This record gives sequence, C-alpha cells and structure tokens, in this order.
Amino acid sequence: MLKKRIIPCLDIRDGRTVKGINFVDITDAGDPIELAKRYVEQGADELVFLDITATVEKRKTLVELVTHISEEINIPFTVGGGINTIEDVSAVIKAGADKVSVNSAAVKNPDLITQIANEFGSQCCVVAIDTNYENGDWMVYVHGGRTPTPIKTMDWIKQIEELGAGEILLTSMNNDGTKSGFALELTEEVSKSVNIPVIASGGAGRKDHFKTLFETTHASAGLAASIFHYGEIPIPELKRYLLKENIAIRWT
Amino acid sequence: MIAIIKYNAGNIRSVQNALTRLGYESIITDDKDEILNASKVIFPGVGEASSAMKYLKDKGLDQVILSIKNPMLGICLGLQLMCNHSEEGDTKCLGIFNAEVKKFPPKEKVPHMGWNSFSDLKGELFKDIKADNDMYYVHSYYAETNEQTVATCNYILPFSSAMQNNNFYATQFHPEKSADVGTQLLKNFLEL
Repeated sequence: MLKKRIIPCLDIRDGRTVKGINFVDITDAGDPIELAKRYVEQGADELVFLDITATVEKRKTLVELVTHISEEINIPFTVGGGINTIEDVSAVIKAGADKVSVNSAAVKNPDLITQIANEFGSQCCVVAIDTNYENGDWMVYVHGGRTPTPIKTMDWIKQIEELGAGEILLTSMNNDGTKSGFALELTEEVSKSVNIPVIASGGAGRKDHFKTLFETTHASAGLAASIFHYGEIPIPELKRYLLKENIAIRWT
Repeated sequence: MIAIIKYNAGNIRSVQNALTRLGYESIITDDKDEILNASKVIFPGVGEASSAMKYLKDKGLDQVILSIKNPMLGICLGLQLMCNHSEEGDTKCLGIFNAEVKKFPPKEKVPHMGWNSFSDLKGELFKDIKADNDMYYVHSYYAETNEQTVATCNYILPFSSAMQNNNFYATQFHPEKSADVGTQLLKNFLEL
C-alpha cells in the first residue's frame, strides 16, 4: 500500500536553517545538513529545502548546499525558493535534487512548468502555492506570501496540472504558523480537483492534526517545519501514533 | 570499477553518491569499453522514454547494453527501457524483458509517488529485505508482470517492482533514494 508521507521543511537563509512564523519573525534553527541527516534517521519520508534568500549572488551557495545534501542523505528531497529559469532548475537537479519547487516564477511565467516537465519530467516539478482565504475565495499569493494576485487557487491548480506539474505543495497562509491544524476543506477540494499528489502545509501543531488530515482528505503528504525543528513533535513519535491510528505510514 | 551509464536522464549523481557511501568507486560514462569492462553496470533513469531511447541509439549505447555480460541494474526508467515497448511516446525499447510498459489508468493519483511495499520477492537482490519494507517510487508508467518479475508492487494494479533476466536486473523503485532498505538492495547487487 502507498504510504502517507511526513515531510519536514527546512527554510534556508545564507546556508542556515530558519523558520518563519506567519512568514515573519524568523529565528535561527541550525545547520541544514545536520538537521537533514537527523530527520532521515528519524524516519522522514522526504525533505523540502526552501531557500528564502535566493538572490542571484547566493545561487552558487544553494547549488553547493544541494551537492552536499545529495552526498549525505538517501531519501528524496525537493529544493525551492527563487527558482526562476530552466537554467536554475537544471543547476539544482544536476547537483542532485530530486525535485524542484516553483512558486512566484510559475505564476509569472506558467510556461516554466511545461519546460521543466519536458526537460526533466513532471515528477520533478512541484508547484508550490501560498494561498489566503478572502471574500469567499482562496487566492494565490506570491513572493513568500507578501504579494496578492488576482488568481483563484482553484483555477490555478487545474492550469498547472495541464501544464505538466507533478505535485502540488499547498500552503494555507491562514493556517501557517497557527498550530491549529491543516486547512482541511481547502486540501480536500484541491486533492479532488486534480489527479496529481497534493502535499498539505501550514498549521500542523499536534499529532492528531496529521491523523485528521489523512482521514478526511486525499492529501498524499503532510509538511511541517517548526514542530519538527524545535522537537515539539519528534517524527518517530508522530509516526508511531499514526500507525496506531491505522494510517498507512512507512515504519523503519 | 562500477560503470553508471551516462545519458540524458536526470538525477544520476544520486546513484553515484549512494555507491560512494557504500565504499565503491564508480564512473559515469558512455564509453563502450568502460561499460563492457566494468564489474557491474548501473543503468539509471528519470525522464521520458522516447527521447531516452533515441539518445541511447544515437550513441550506439543500445547495442552496448545488450552485449553486457556482467550484472547490470536498471533503475526506474532504466527498467522500462529494458522492456519490449513503452506506451510513452510509442517507443520500441531494448527487449531484455518480455513485457509491455503502460500508463497507469487515472483511478488514483498519477504519478505513483512515494513509499510502497511489495510482495513475492525472489532472488539474491532481496537478501535481508522483507516484503513489508517500503521502497521509494515515482513513475507514471509501469511494466506488466511476467515470468521475469522478481517482486510485485500493487498500485491501482499489480506491476513489476523488480525484474531479472540472467545478468540483467532492474527495479522500478529508486534504491538510491529508499533509505537503508534501498542501500541494502544496492549492496546485494554490488555483491552479486
């Protein structure tokens, strides 16, 4: 049986791991490679590295970091943040990343999704969506959740699936940082509307939030950052709990 | 020396890193002699079938692969290209495995992405590996099961998780990305 995935997200700035609370108030939380290795030992199913500096001059640093990560860990990982062109994608994939995640660049230039799919395969093209609920609709935001767009999330997901996206990383800005649970209705609506896997993100604060996510939606994975970084919920404890609750989980 | 066949497929470096972690030296090459003289060959692959086959043919690598006498391990698209034919781009493949590669019907999420268990494990490739161990898969096309199937995975329908024909081995999953269990499988292959 295909297992539900537990994915820690590591936000990277200047080569260090950080986590934004509601996308501001950033605090330092460690060395990305050490943290990544610890997550692998603990049974993380996949890792996401999000480079939140992602300025042009830092690109080389990111590629070097990806090279080291690939040398050290033996599970799949995704790299995102400031990936704007097919050349950026190529550099990160060739350094050893399994997937890239694109967000603002895909909104600005949707053809990038098709380019990635054609050159490297849909399976390595994750489209990340930051979405906020306002006036009765879920709206797409770009630039790390700072800039609103007139695009409705439900329209955008269908478009990106057609363009060749292989997976959706869906972050509810309303839930992110609140630790009050995932955006269940949104996640289910998106999961039912597309046939590609959906990773739910934003709001995980307790173990039962993951149980509810997997029992009430068709999400393929749950992503979180701070609860794992600060050891609030160790991954083995989360997985043991989910197994006991009869959720299909990889146990190592 | 282990040869990793170089072609226009994506993430080859992960395979080499996995071998390095196991203490094996390897080269990424498309040179005929280096491939044929290697003690083991790995045929990795993430990408699209028709363009990958075209690349192999243009470089003459299709004939090189067919004349390999030492153990070869195909991974993911590698397994699919070792079959007779793929629906992806209506591609005639290498014909090492007598199987057809088809697209998953859209009854569940496609691609089949993530960790899955398998059954009916056969042969030395699976030494110290159990059926309830999970391996990491990411693919939208699958190889049918036949008498060369040495492990079966079930997603939407049963398909070949691993295949073997004499010295030719292949896995649909990515052992280099399948944590310690995948590393064990690579170790088993390298110790054949």
